[in-house]
Amino acid sequence: MTNEVVRDVIVHDMCLRDGMHAKKEQISTEQMRTVAAALDKAGVPIIQVSHGAGLGGNSLQHGFAPHANEEYWDAVAPVLTRAKMSVLLIPGLGTMNELRSAYEHGVRAVHVATHCTEADTSPQHIACARELGMDTAGFLMMAHLNTTAGLVEEAKKMESYGAQTVYVTDSAGYMIPENVVEIVTALRNELKPETEIGFHGHNNLGMGTANSIEAVRAGATRIDASVAGLGAGAGNTPLEGFVAVCERVGIKTGCDLFALMDMAEDIIFPMMDHIVRVDRSSLTLGFAGVYSTFLLHANRLGEKYGIPPRDILMELGRKKMIGGQEDMIEDTALTMLKEREAKVVGA
Amino acid sequence: MANKVKCALIGSGNIGTDLIYKIQRSEFLEPVWMVGIDPESEGLARARDMGLKTTAEGVDGLLPHVKADGIQIAFDATSAYVHAENSRKLNELGVFMVDLTPAAIGPLCVPPVNLDELENTMNVNMISCAGQATIPIVHGVSRVQSVEYAEIIASLASKSIGPGTRANLDEFTHTTSSAVCKVGKARRGKALCIINPADPPMIMRNTIYCLTDDEPDQEAITQSLMDMIEQVQRYVPGYKLVNGPVFEGNKVGVFMEVAGLGDYLPTYAGNLDIMTAAACRTAEMYAEKILKGEFVLEGAA
Repeated sequence: MTNEVVRDVIVHDMCLRDGMHAKKEQISTEQMRTVAAALDKAGVPIIQVSHGAGLGGNSLQHGFAPHANEEYWDAVAPVLTRAKMSVLLIPGLGTMNELRSAYEHGVRAVHVATHCTEADTSPQHIACARELGMDTAGFLMMAHLNTTAGLVEEAKKMESYGAQTVYVTDSAGYMIPENVVEIVTALRNELKPETEIGFHGHNNLGMGTANSIEAVRAGATRIDASVAGLGAGAGNTPLEGFVAVCERVGIKTGCDLFALMDMAEDIIFPMMDHIVRVDRSSLTLGFAGVYSTFLLHANRLGEKYGIPPRDILMELGRKKMIGGQEDMIEDTALTMLKEREAKVVGA
Repeated sequence: MANKVKCALIGSGNIGTDLIYKIQRSEFLEPVWMVGIDPESEGLARARDMGLKTTAEGVDGLLPHVKADGIQIAFDATSAYVHAENSRKLNELGVFMVDLTPAAIGPLCVPPVNLDELENTMNVNMISCAGQATIPIVHGVSRVQSVEYAEIIASLASKSIGPGTRANLDEFTHTTSSAVCKVGKARRGKALCIINPADPPMIMRNTIYCLTDDEPDQEAITQSLMDMIEQVQRYVPGYKLVNGPVFEGNKVGVFMEVAGLGDYLPTYAGNLDIMTAAACRTAEMYAEKILKGEFVLEGAA
């Protein structure tokens, strides 16, 4: 085919998955269709669509979306002309039955996600995805909580289970470019040449774009981002910003920059309930190394119990809480409240 | 030792090893055999040091000794995949099986909830560590008023989770969710599990959310939960309420911690203790019946 798109990097949009977190899981099927159609038209090749916590995400822990994942996939699939749909699967939350259902509803790629030290909870799920013929990535979350050598070891496990891509996932938006370069370089040297490397950034320290560009320069060929950064914490790497820098430095993404800029302005910003940006709480996430999804929970519970969200987030960072432990935010707030009341009484 | 029922332990990993300590302290049970599959395994060596007979040839290595050594109860801490076959072979020889895998082919047991109701059967299932830690709480709410939905979140220290559980998280999820309904008596149930590698390791934490049909009776639920926690503490002293119950609309939130006795793994691994202690207590109930002649084990052969 002569009109095959040439890309140095595959940009993977997160608006309709990570973006669900920024919307407290409340995105309508109509909004999903509008966003997906615009992404497809702008040449974004893969679009993640599901509850913010992925398969099995509907829960008191992670919030209930107005629709089942199946309804979202059925809404989005018909508007896609060239992009494919992906999903997130965190073992311990999502299951293989749900993955099979995703495949039946047109999903063709998956991030199988584990905490960065627990890759050995993913072999069943990675194997199942490969059996289904899906584009299969292993996704090492909260990667800043492991050493480079440790990440290499975990990445090799995922590769051995059948992952075709292994992601370095900066869930807390904690990394700075030199960290990313060191890790991606090590993975590129140690993994098989045919295994792709991905980077998923959050913008809590304002480093999303810089980290992603450095990841590509160090050998990553998959970048997760979302238009206007719609996502947890201070958002994902802003997709249009990343594509703009790629054009400046000669990295081919195959995406239409102006279409993405228009989409950010006309579709995504008007959807936001709060401006997704670096602010006091989201900067705290990046500074303390806390899972980005904790942002809105900490803000809400801080208000409920009269404790500054920053104090709660710093404590969660100190206790090394990881993705999926949202219940521990309220628990931590309650314990802090008891301690503070005891101090007042004691004084 | 004539007044104790002789036991075999299948699976020489974390759970099997911790069980040795629990059973050795029991009035009614005596650990005799440990079954593994790797002759070099540390678990088998440790079992030998603790005075048990061992085989590295799986359940088939145990079968010839069942009669001669008078084995009447076996604990299976292997995996859901091999449990059915292990159970069949041992049941045939008249050995009662306590299943610590998520296979769940026998009735599900959470001692403070339904141990008294279990009938004589050749196989009981202990669900999962998360199930043992959370279902008493779900039941503590549902015995006061009907629960439309219960959700449990178990956070476990990475160092306490062996390769078997890691490779089979889906079974863990399915079995625990289903037991939240069957034993906890919620109409719908969901189980989530998180493995946290923090160093020093975090103590097992469990959060339980229940959605009641009607507005929760705060006083009755709180009292029921305190009673239930006391029941569990009788066999797991480190079972503790950290925060809650928190009432928000029809949602009841309970934040628990389980510290272990530190028998095999350190105290953070409360998940190990609550599972092995529950299995041991369940086996003791049957052992008492066996010793009194109220439960006659019959092999097919």
